[in-house]
Amino acid sequence: MAEQISHPPGVTGAPRLTRQDAVPVRHYGRGVLAVLVVAVVALTAYAFAANPKIEWPVVGEYLFHPDIMAGLMRTLLMTALGMIFSVIGAVVVALMRMSPSRIISSTAAAYIFVFRGIPLILLLIFVGNLGLFMERITIGVPFTGLVLYSSPVQEVLTPFAASVIGLSLAGSGYMAEIVRGGLLAIGRGQRDAAKALGLNSLNTTRFIVLPQALRVIVPPMGNELISMLKATAIVSVIGGGDLLTVAQAISGANYRTIEMLLVAAVWYFAVIAVLTAVQYVLERRIAER
Amino acid sequence: MTAEPQTPADRPMVSIENVSKSYGHRQVLFDIDLAVAAGETVCLIGPSGCGKSTLLRCVNNLEDIDRGLVLVDGSLVGYRVHRGRLRELRENAACRQRTQVGMVFQHFNLFPHMTALENIAFAPVRVLGEDRTAARAHAQELLRSVGLADKADAYPSRLSGGQQQRVAIARALAMRPKVMLFDEPTSALDPELVGEVLNVMRDLAAGGMTMIVVTHEMGFAREVASRVVFMDAGRIVEQGPPHEVLGNPRHERSRAFLSAVLP
Repeated sequence: MAEQISHPPGVTGAPRLTRQDAVPVRHYGRGVLAVLVVAVVALTAYAFAANPKIEWPVVGEYLFHPDIMAGLMRTLLMTALGMIFSVIGAVVVALMRMSPSRIISSTAAAYIFVFRGIPLILLLIFVGNLGLFMERITIGVPFTGLVLYSSPVQEVLTPFAASVIGLSLAGSGYMAEIVRGGLLAIGRGQRDAAKALGLNSLNTTRFIVLPQALRVIVPPMGNELISMLKATAIVSVIGGGDLLTVAQAISGANYRTIEMLLVAAVWYFAVIAVLTAVQYVLERRIAER
Repeated sequence: MTAEPQTPADRPMVSIENVSKSYGHRQVLFDIDLAVAAGETVCLIGPSGCGKSTLLRCVNNLEDIDRGLVLVDGSLVGYRVHRGRLRELRENAACRQRTQVGMVFQHFNLFPHMTALENIAFAPVRVLGEDRTAARAHAQELLRSVGLADKADAYPSRLSGGQQQRVAIARALAMRPKVMLFDEPTSALDPELVGEVLNVMRDLAAGGMTMIVVTHEMGFAREVASRVVFMDAGRIVEQGPPHEVLGNPRHERSRAFLSAVLP
């Protein structure tokens, strides 16, 4: 066979039959597609950049406007609080979901079903308007008339508080399933080993299962955090005072609708870029062990 | 290490009395009776699915049993007697009881997020309330006794299967158990790593530890066991000194099994 290849029929002169000289397949289609993609991207960017109706200097002017800064801070605070309450709620609901008691586990299942099933915007409007059908929040001992705390809903439930509550309810519903998936990913052998060493179930979960489950839980939680940040924009429907609420309020006064949206977009991008970088580092560190 | 006949004076370290267990409709253990004296090494052998592992797990209450009783060093496993009735132990009491029995698993089940030393020292500190420094010193000593003094800071993923299993044995020993249970401790190992684990177990048996070993290592059973128990289909078919059960099995089932496994 080898001799035949080195002297193929009909080849004259010195044949160059080494692999280094072989002609690779040319992917003409890929080249054409790449040019098209670049063209579309460039034209879209140009349409924004060169549009005479978008005044970019205005975007720059408002980027660090005190109101925008305050809105950004509230968005960050809302995201942080929403995330903290969601994670706590998610761990509790996930553990309830795995309880041997059927009543407790189905209560948790119903919670997950309800808060994952309701669109966030509806949930936020609902919580924001709680005052329409509940007048006072009262904590006391039933049937005794003993009241520990009572105040009007309208006073306690500021738009900011309503936003954090709405985001936490929805977030904990989603994250409970992530936490549960992580807990289930740890095999029975680990629980057996812990049990055989005399650990009770609380310590087994806390010291053996949860630390290992974190590996599985943290990457999707990073995505949830980024989703939460973007979801805070929805609280603008109840005037939550977040970045988008503020941007829209300004555009209501100066009629620079697109410019104000771009200001908000720039900040969302900036924060998400930072979060993505943090997530990347965190995942790398967790994967190391 | 002698299988002396029991006299009423020396009560068995482990006593399994009339134990039955089912998973749903499938019964896996039928009226098992087995007594293990202090210092004895009993090897449980038999075909896969015959109930050996389940029986072993019943001894430290990892499985609930349907009927019968298990006693370890004279105390009921999983229950206490109150006004002439059995009462199931609350979780913490059951946990305290489990610390008397060490267990080694087929798949080692080391905690992957802890170093070898932490694996060993964790439960003594957390469960027995031992002083941290003392527990770590004891763990280091145990690591040396299983030949892994230099692996204290290694995570399980950096250890070979044989090394992991030796750490797992050290981890169980750290609780100073009265009985050690081994559930097919060498079945998941590469053949060349089996010897190092069996050596550790041999030393342990020679040191007077009471051991119940589920195993397919007939060589180990022949050499180390004070008694071999052959199980099939949820029942004990025969038991006796290794040279009898392995060398001259009386029952057809044990003959068939042994002719298939022995070289």
